[in-house]
Amino acid sequence: MTAFINGIGLISPQLTTDPAVFLPEIVEYTADYLQAINPNYKDYINPIAARRMSRLIKMGITSAKIALSDAGCQMPDAIITGTGLGSVEDTEKILSGMNEGEQLMNPTPFIQSTYNTISSQIAITLNCHNYNSTYVHRAFSFESALQDAMLQIEEGMADNALVGGIDEMTDNHLQITRKAGHWKMNPVNNLTLLSSGTQGALAGEGAAYYLLGNQRSQSTYCTLSDVKTIYHPKDTEELETSILSFLSFNGLTIDQLDAVIMGYNGDILFDTVYNELGSGIFMQTQKLWYKHLCGEYYTSTGFALWLAANILKHQLIPAAIKVNNLPSDRLQHILVYNQYRNVNHSLLLLNR
Amino acid sequence: MSKRIYITGIGIISSIGNNVPEVFTSLKASRSGIGEITLLNTLHKGSLPIAEVKLSNAGLLDLAGHRGSDQFTRTTLLGMIAAKEALKSAGIEDVNAYRTGFLSATTVGGMDRTEVFYKDFLENPESGRLKDVVNHDCGESTEHIASELGIRLLVSTISTACSSSANTMMFGADLIRSGKVDRMICGGTDSVTMFTLNGFNTLMILDKRGCHPFDEHRAGLTLGEGAAYVVLESEDVVKSEGKQPFAELSGYGNANDAYHQTASSPEGKGAFMAMSKALKMSNLNSSSIDYINVHGTGTENNDLSEGIALERIFDPVPLFSSTKSYTGHTLGAAGAVEAVISVLSIQHGIIFPNLLWSTPMKELKIKPVTEVLTGQDIRHVLSNSFGFGGNNSSLIISKPV
Repeated sequence: MTAFINGIGLISPQLTTDPAVFLPEIVEYTADYLQAINPNYKDYINPIAARRMSRLIKMGITSAKIALSDAGCQMPDAIITGTGLGSVEDTEKILSGMNEGEQLMNPTPFIQSTYNTISSQIAITLNCHNYNSTYVHRAFSFESALQDAMLQIEEGMADNALVGGIDEMTDNHLQITRKAGHWKMNPVNNLTLLSSGTQGALAGEGAAYYLLGNQRSQSTYCTLSDVKTIYHPKDTEELETSILSFLSFNGLTIDQLDAVIMGYNGDILFDTVYNELGSGIFMQTQKLWYKHLCGEYYTSTGFALWLAANILKHQLIPAAIKVNNLPSDRLQHILVYNQYRNVNHSLLLLNR
Repeated sequence: MSKRIYITGIGIISSIGNNVPEVFTSLKASRSGIGEITLLNTLHKGSLPIAEVKLSNAGLLDLAGHRGSDQFTRTTLLGMIAAKEALKSAGIEDVNAYRTGFLSATTVGGMDRTEVFYKDFLENPESGRLKDVVNHDCGESTEHIASELGIRLLVSTISTACSSSANTMMFGADLIRSGKVDRMICGGTDSVTMFTLNGFNTLMILDKRGCHPFDEHRAGLTLGEGAAYVVLESEDVVKSEGKQPFAELSGYGNANDAYHQTASSPEGKGAFMAMSKALKMSNLNSSSIDYINVHGTGTENNDLSEGIALERIFDPVPLFSSTKSYTGHTLGAAGAVEAVISVLSIQHGIIFPNLLWSTPMKELKIKPVTEVLTGQDIRHVLSNSFGFGGNNSSLIISKPV
């Protein structure tokens, strides 16, 4: 199973919307959570249509359009989105509206709150009648979308597929999930997140769309060779076995990996998994991390995939993402390994 | 694409019964599950009908074998009950004897708990049971059900509004065909919530008399709740186990209407494309379809647009009915609920009627089946699921050969 990554559009808390440049600088924050930097949506969406759209939908349509234009594609054969929470903002509006009175509610938030709205709005914008789906499974959302897209391509049902991972954070949602222990209790500096020594992650958000194709093109970054999800592994040993068999299924051994991008999020309760692998099977591997740049969210691997694809394209590892520092010459194979609260583990394998 | 995908197990819970035999009995007796709201604490009680599963959460916990537990949402419990029945009916004892995955669909996940939390939270940000709000996301019910079934290999959730669970069967079948898994349990679950009831009410598409699909005087849909799952197995598993499959999933198509977020295009373009793709995949002529379980929500817009698409594809249009007049619109579960009903039609040679129908639609030449028809030789059923956002999916379910 292999697909070419032929176009990327990424809206994130970093400067990522211009596909021509790769992390020109690192944006530093001291914040409760990392907010995506809004591009000028008017450049991408008809302002009349944009007026009623919530921010998440604007982020989705815009990043999808950037990916298509990066790939030089007008009409994808499939549109597939992964989103852990869909439009939190619209969902909250309905819940608040209901509390104020069941008879006074406005229909727009309900229309936009359905999880498939992003894929649908992209289809409407492009007038695209092709295969269209939405995956909504926590930290498997983007991975399932990728698996479906790769299957569509592999089985010859599509020559290309627009596939994305998108989630947003809101103040209310942060407040609630913070009480549940998911996030740091105070604002933190994103660049020193790894040494926080405290529980809770730094929340973030972002929208990443990719145009995957069955053909190499002028705009090709690299290939995405395989995607795997691992649900609830019993222990680290089982996890290590899964990772090794995934690599061997794809004809690789661990020492052939030029880097592994791991999902460290600064939560000492869950970073232990990365530490164990880091001193275990990935002992001799160049380890990278990314959540200090985009924060933690269900579809954060959408950001990690962008990082991996650009590393392979530019043959360059930015210093700001290195966990250890090993010499490297040719960068050929990168593994992305992420886990969410030690339940949803996933692997993405990229080759130059 | 030559390998066959078989349906070897079915499970269902809905307003017309808590399992397959009960649902079958209600279908034959033309007994609808639509009635007054009893479970939700809403202003709409007495004015908007609904198709509730006639059990409290405590009753569902008993049925699911988890009496006294506090960790499951209603959506999870409904799904757990139906998924376990599906596995049992497929004669599966060791779920991991073959590579098995679980795909579930839902439109609001654990909203039944979140909306309770939120009410408290808005009054006082320090209050509210946190346990209820971390259940908001859609993956939570799927993970509980997967754990209950003992499945870990491949677990995910789809949400494409009212076509969600049809899409789980499509992705599941693709995964089997590609050789990545041997079998999949696919379907969906949704409980009725204040969120969906009020959401649909703001769109003014809830019929105060209960839904009247494909009737000239239809005035909207009726919300229902429930869950349904099918077990899909590869041809190889069926052969090596010597199983007698219930049906074959012989074709499917997914297309987007790309017209409007909540309205269907007047010519039913997405519906036309989804049905055409499904027919093409199954290598069937439109004349081979013996019965269509239509999406037929009872809204003015859906039934007209679906009806026009049917008349464009079929000449003549085969026997058809909307069983939402029995179950209400079960949203994320609807595609699977109707797939299970389609399997029952094939197994028993019975077409279940479109209840509450009296007057033909003036724009269409067609009218639905309105009485139970027995003794039918049903070889191929088309089941439509069309959703908000123009997410249209069609399945073709066939008598196994």
